[in-house]
Amino acid sequence: MRPDIAIIADLVTPGARVLDLGCGDGELLAYLKRAKGVNGYGLEIDPEMITCCITVGVNVIEQDLDQGLTNFPSDSFDLVVMTDTLQSVKRPDIMLDEMLRIGRECIVTFPNFAHWRCRLQLAARGKMPIAKHLPHRWYNTPNIHLCTFADFEALCDAKNLTVIERFVVNSEYTNHPLVSRFPNLFGTTAFYQLGRPQ
Amino acid sequence: MSAPIPADSVGLVSPHQKVFEAPVRLLCGRVLSRMELFYETYGELNAARSNAVLICHALSGHHHAAGYHGLDDDRPGWWDTCIGPGKPIDTNLFHVVSLNNVGGCHGSTGPRSINPQTGRAFGPDFPAVTVRDWVATQAMLADALGITRWAAVIGGSLGGMQAMQWTIDLPDRVAHALLIACASRLSAQNIAFNEIARQAIMFDPDFNGGRYLDNATNPARGLMLARMLGHVTYQSDDGLRDKFGRDVKSGDLAAAHDVQFQVESYLHHQGRSFSQRFDANTYLLMTRALDHFDPARDFDDDLVAALCRAQSDFLVVAFTSDWRFAPARSKEIVDALIAARKNVVSAVIDTPHGHDAFLLPVPRYFQVFRSYMLHVAARVGIRS
Repeated sequence: MRPDIAIIADLVTPGARVLDLGCGDGELLAYLKRAKGVNGYGLEIDPEMITCCITVGVNVIEQDLDQGLTNFPSDSFDLVVMTDTLQSVKRPDIMLDEMLRIGRECIVTFPNFAHWRCRLQLAARGKMPIAKHLPHRWYNTPNIHLCTFADFEALCDAKNLTVIERFVVNSEYTNHPLVSRFPNLFGTTAFYQLGRPQ
Repeated sequence: MSAPIPADSVGLVSPHQKVFEAPVRLLCGRVLSRMELFYETYGELNAARSNAVLICHALSGHHHAAGYHGLDDDRPGWWDTCIGPGKPIDTNLFHVVSLNNVGGCHGSTGPRSINPQTGRAFGPDFPAVTVRDWVATQAMLADALGITRWAAVIGGSLGGMQAMQWTIDLPDRVAHALLIACASRLSAQNIAFNEIARQAIMFDPDFNGGRYLDNATNPARGLMLARMLGHVTYQSDDGLRDKFGRDVKSGDLAAAHDVQFQVESYLHHQGRSFSQRFDANTYLLMTRALDHFDPARDFDDDLVAALCRAQSDFLVVAFTSDWRFAPARSKEIVDALIAARKNVVSAVIDTPHGHDAFLLPVPRYFQVFRSYMLHVAARVGIRS
């Protein structure tokens, strides 16, 4: 199983109505349906991924996130999830607003650009970093809005969002003491469970 | 047919007929004192009777959806691309039922049938039929065949509308509904196209107020125009360009009344062949059923409320270049299904083939179609 799924599942209320933006092969939704009895829908545009979702019986809707989510009414979901995709949409800030309009809560995960390996590559070699959690080259990456944990915290502050839960993992998805102590230096992926502005 | 029957064909098939002697009351209030339905089946019905799927035909369709009636047939049934062993609707897994709807002109009771009250063809006196009537009469056929619940009801265009209506009117009898190139109701533009087609037929002097059979005429020119118009709207600009471009048939500028471009020749051929095999009164009836389809109307124009009744899962497929039943119309259905908390999968297939794409073996369309039907088979417990 994808290592982030168990972490996310712990944050999901049983029976919730869940929208997964960029649901990929549907593994998360299939698991949440099985383990948590959620009523879930996923949005995806990759044809191969959509076929995978059909095969595992996940409700997959072919829809481009960058075309907007205006077809989803406000408060139509309990939870909107976006794993490892926020950094590749046109406007992550507007996306966050939309996620919290459609759902009461959202969960986002994203890669940390301030991980020490990234910092080292940029500082020492003067080149765009390539790491396990950021495998693409600058010209073919789907990640057009990379940020650091500190940047995302600042955005949440600016929007006055309620941070229900936040934590950081390293590339092995373990909770190394260094990661807890210096998340923006040793963490690779962040998990945020957010609520609407206070 | 000169070539042998392909291995992935259902092969030679023949239509069956079911006669219903009890009166059938239609939504318009009128009654058919007896009704005949023509249908075909492909693939075996399993012992649990759980693998039956219903094919609903579109405007010009009929019961002959797959296979060949004879070795001399120059083409197979109208949806042969999708139905057969190993095809998206796999006859190794499913028992496929395909009928000619009441009001049709391919054997089932319709305007060409004899009106028992007058002893002559119904013609223009055939009662108005609706999508709901089709669903009700399809259910009568299902009863007669011992099928209590369809594993899937499948249709493209007007056929998809029937599948949708099934889930609302008889929710416990449909496990899955496949709505392909469909809409929850027609737009004004769509109704306008249908009206032009109807006027073309009714303006034809051979129409004789619909009594052309009594007068031994056929409004072939009207039908031809109706089909030519329809056919253009079922294609896309890009599709016609790919197929014909500006290829010239005859370069003689002086012969302004003659066919000059290949696309004209193609349309003439389509229109002419249609006018020889289709009934004008049926065309009027079917387009009217299409115009009036609007399941939300019975629920205060709330499509979500209408679809809340459904107990089935849904697949909704649209085609990017389909401007007659545009992807936005499918999106409305999908959004309503999500709001109604139904299980739904939606795909938007990128193709230049317009509305007619639902009949064609577009690779991504077939991938989605096949995957979904395998999911259907698994859900209803069919083992291959």
